[in-house]
Amino acid sequence: MWASGRKKSFNATATDRSNHEGLKGWLNPARYGWERVAYWLQRLTGLFLLIYFIGHIYETSSLTGGESAWNAMLQFTETLWGHLFLVLVIGTSTYHSINGIRLIFAETGTGLGRPGRPDYPYDALSLNYKQKSGIWVALILAAVAMVYGGNVLFGGG
Amino acid sequence: MAGIIEKIPMLRAGSKKDKGSKTSGSVTLRVYRSNSANGNSYRYDTFDVPIQRWTTVLDALLYAKAYEDNSIAIRYSCRMASCGSCGMKINGRPRLACYTNVAELESPVITCQPLTNFSLIRDLVTDFSEFFRHHKSIKPFIINQNADLMTSEEVSEFIQSPRDVDEYLQFSYCIKCGLCYSACPTVATDVRFLGPQALAQAYRYYADTRDNGSREDMKNIDDKHGIWRCHFAGSCSNVCPKGVDPALGIQLLRRHLTSFSKHDKKIAEMKHHGQVT
Amino acid sequence: MLQERQIMRIHYITGLAALFVVAVHILMRLIVPYHTSLQFSNVIANYHNFSYAVLLESILVLLAIHGFNGLRVILLELRQKSSWENGVTIFTIVAMIAIIAFGTRTIIVANGLGVG
Repeated sequence: MWASGRKKSFNATATDRSNHEGLKGWLNPARYGWERVAYWLQRLTGLFLLIYFIGHIYETSSLTGGESAWNAMLQFTETLWGHLFLVLVIGTSTYHSINGIRLIFAETGTGLGRPGRPDYPYDALSLNYKQKSGIWVALILAAVAMVYGGNVLFGGG
Repeated sequence: MAGIIEKIPMLRAGSKKDKGSKTSGSVTLRVYRSNSANGNSYRYDTFDVPIQRWTTVLDALLYAKAYEDNSIAIRYSCRMASCGSCGMKINGRPRLACYTNVAELESPVITCQPLTNFSLIRDLVTDFSEFFRHHKSIKPFIINQNADLMTSEEVSEFIQSPRDVDEYLQFSYCIKCGLCYSACPTVATDVRFLGPQALAQAYRYYADTRDNGSREDMKNIDDKHGIWRCHFAGSCSNVCPKGVDPALGIQLLRRHLTSFSKHDKKIAEMKHHGQVT
Repeated sequence: MLQERQIMRIHYITGLAALFVVAVHILMRLIVPYHTSLQFSNVIANYHNFSYAVLLESILVLLAIHGFNGLRVILLELRQKSSWENGVTIFTIVAMIAIIAFGTRTIIVANGLGVG
């Protein structure tokens, strides 16, 4: 039963994707609890930070053009929108870091509980208060960091 | 079917309109209708279904099938959340139709759609071939070279303490309903990803002290489309109706693969051979 | 070629390490008033500090690896044709090397620049 006659190699184009959710499955986090929202935010913040990272490398390369080139770049970035963008970067990097630490612990089996004998209402052991509070800590600290960052950037600190 | 057939006349009697009063206890059932033989076109058919306090979504669907449109295709069997046949999306979330009470949905309209991430056959019936192929690929059975009782003089039984059983028992409760597979964001785009069910079953056999098949060497698990494409979104455990918690199984298997606790299995093997107590 | 489990270990380690070095980098902007810290002379003085230049290089390498590996993971999940997968792997490795090279050039050139 288990021994197949002829091994077939995987054919990605032949596999029926018509009822796979596709990107919509990633982009709608609202149906499955806080852990799914955290996953969605982790992805979005990761992509956003990668784009920022590339932009920041380009931005700092203006140093090699001397003081005039650097000041020209600062005129572009040290604006209201530049500062708001930077506040967003502060928040996203804080969230991504703290949630990432939570995920490193979880993906190495820490903080998930031991398997046991599930009973009604069959709540999942792994989706426990430690995970939810980790997510909330990440969100709250991100908000705090954004407030502090905004104070530094706009408050002349 | 005996139970639902007896119930239906009661439901129909209860739904008769009295003079000047509204029908009590009814919902609007929106059912996805499609036939893969006719291409990808689909529509939603609407049925008004009388309900009682105990009516499940499966009861409502079977009422619609019996009295409104007998061409509705539904897969079901045990009606008690034991076989996993009646998995579908109900109001946007994968659930077992037999295990979902209409009243708990708190909605006058119930939308029934086939499980996503499975190929469609017809209406609410989906093709589980890919799902079962992934399940088979992790070799879901005990592998133990000493298992042949005819040739091995040492083995009369595999000793397993209650604690040993607890390590894998909840993962053995899986009924292969496919709800976790439907909910998983990775399965949504990655057709080569094994899926939460297969990976949780891989852990179930890995953690079973009767198994010494060294599943961590299996290339399809330690692969770029294997266990590493799980990101602990937790949706699988969120929708599982049996408390299997596949996310837990997957992260525990990852712990072994990232070598954070390789010794667990070894200790189990040593206990089996009487080298430790 | 690296096994996927080794790649994921690298992803975890670079993420954790980058967290510390980026924290130091951000704190450096807060030692003096923020807007003062962005003046050309102060920035160049930072680059002239060898330890700080090493810190910046480590941030560059760690974040490039972590970020582009994350992008690789996201892109691999979108399509599963072997041509796509090979293309994604090559693209992310090339992009990683390119960004590290470009950033290293900035650090080396800035390290050699005088003030004014």
